[in-house]
Amino acid sequence: MKQSRRSIIISYIILAFATAIVLLPFFWMLVSSFKSQRELFAYPPKFFPSVWKWENYRQVLNAGRITFFEMFLNSMKVTIPVVVFNIIFSSLAAYAFARIEFPFRKFLFMLFISSMMIPSAVTMIPRFLLFSNLKLVDTYAPLILPSAFGTAFSIFLLRQFFMTIPVDLEEAAVIDGCGKLRIWATIMLPLSKPIIATLGVFLFQGSYNDFMNPLIYLNTDTKFTVQLGLASFRNSFSTRYDLIMAGSMLALIPVLVIYILCQKYIVRGIVMSGLKG
Amino acid sequence: MKSATTDISQKKTKGMSLKRKEALTGYLFIAPALISLCVFVIYPVVASFIISGFDWGILSAPKFIGLENYKTLFKDPVFLESLKNTTKWVIIYVPASITVSLIVALAMDMPLRGIGFFRVMFYLPVITPMVVCALLFVWIYNTEFGVLNYVLSLFKIPPVGWLSDKRFSLISIALMSIWKHSGYNMLILLSALQGIPETLYEAAAIDGITPWRKFINIKLPLIMPSMYFVILTSVIDAFQVFTEVFIMTKGGPGYSTHTVSYYLFANAFEYGKMGYACAMAVVMFIIILTVTLIQDRILNKNVQYDI
Repeated sequence: MKQSRRSIIISYIILAFATAIVLLPFFWMLVSSFKSQRELFAYPPKFFPSVWKWENYRQVLNAGRITFFEMFLNSMKVTIPVVVFNIIFSSLAAYAFARIEFPFRKFLFMLFISSMMIPSAVTMIPRFLLFSNLKLVDTYAPLILPSAFGTAFSIFLLRQFFMTIPVDLEEAAVIDGCGKLRIWATIMLPLSKPIIATLGVFLFQGSYNDFMNPLIYLNTDTKFTVQLGLASFRNSFSTRYDLIMAGSMLALIPVLVIYILCQKYIVRGIVMSGLKG
Repeated sequence: MKSATTDISQKKTKGMSLKRKEALTGYLFIAPALISLCVFVIYPVVASFIISGFDWGILSAPKFIGLENYKTLFKDPVFLESLKNTTKWVIIYVPASITVSLIVALAMDMPLRGIGFFRVMFYLPVITPMVVCALLFVWIYNTEFGVLNYVLSLFKIPPVGWLSDKRFSLISIALMSIWKHSGYNMLILLSALQGIPETLYEAAAIDGITPWRKFINIKLPLIMPSMYFVILTSVIDAFQVFTEVFIMTKGGPGYSTHTVSYYLFANAFEYGKMGYACAMAVVMFIIILTVTLIQDRILNKNVQYDI
């Protein structure tokens, strides 16, 4: 279809403007993170640092009670189990909802779907009391367990994908006498690599970027995750924006790497999650 | 759709047991997720309602006080202020963020060169951790040294206390949040726009339709299901705004950026008033539920064009 020249030009202007608004703050973060204190507070501000001060990064890496790298490892202690177990258990449930006949299937699926609409504030306090009774506060368990056994969003996304896989593939396996568990492991999962990648990225992001739960549950600063540690920088060096920006850059790197590598999966995942409408 | 084993179920006796075996397998497969749902979602929701009837401190024994927490709540000036701010937040944030998303999505729906680049860039803030975004904007919004006031000074606008002035603090945080989140809704709307069949546009082109009419009469009605999803999720998220407030202003200055989530968090984990905080959670839940149902009524009327 042909578009008028005018609407093409207007579109370019909108996009250029929007992209500039989106990118300028990141640019500012980058240059600020390399500035010296003096240049940071110079007026009028200089856009590029006269000397790129890598020292800021070295300082930030070892700033807290634990190094930035240790905070990253702490984050991974939460994030990796969440991603792995969530995918395993969500896909099991999703497979059952997509392919296995059992009473109340529809009702139970709707139960999962509607649980997505529940604001987290309503579950926050009883969950905290539960974990506190189990003496699990200040461990990683409260950050891992609630999403490790399958969550509504993952189940929904995986089920949508499983429904698109032709049934014939499984029928052949059934004739060969395969059990459901084997069909799930040897047919469904290998065929679902793209959606698993999408979900993996989503789960990684959600868990790595989470701030509120670590804030509620972690007290000892050697256990801090990246987000919690970064937020605590604000208290420890209140006006050292050079260091805060350097820390922010470091915290951004892991998600940025994943974003660059898995960009197409992210787009597809969002498109699929929006299909619910 | 039906799996192969159901066909066998027609052979009666053997079939029954096969069917039962299949059902059992189904339940086993969903068991971990279902138990997790019960323990970490359904039980806590019920418990929140119950705890909200107690005077529940961290150290003292819980004492049942009926609806007392709710009575106190609606006389608590800080809660009422938080509720007002949250409402203000939803009213500013949701329409603005959806308008931005829609405009950008419409522009991206054009056959332009380099569209992939724009899409990747516009989505960047969404993947960025909220803590990073919040800290970044604290620096940008800084009254004396922030780059935003510097840029404004070039236009002879005197410095604004973006986060330190009660009149601007909430809006400033909302602007950051719009900046951060619009990419997500944009992608959903964009995929809806791209799902509109070309033939509809071709028919419209013969009629010589203007771009504006094309938007109102073709695009908007057809993306209504996605619009519905986007509005619904945005409203639910907006009611729960927390991290950006916690990092950027700690609810201040004064109570100008206290939101319900923030005040709830403070009550539960700083003042140790669990029962009181649960009452707030319940009120928030009921408000979100009501708004969702009203939206459902209004918006679903407009979602009739199934393709």
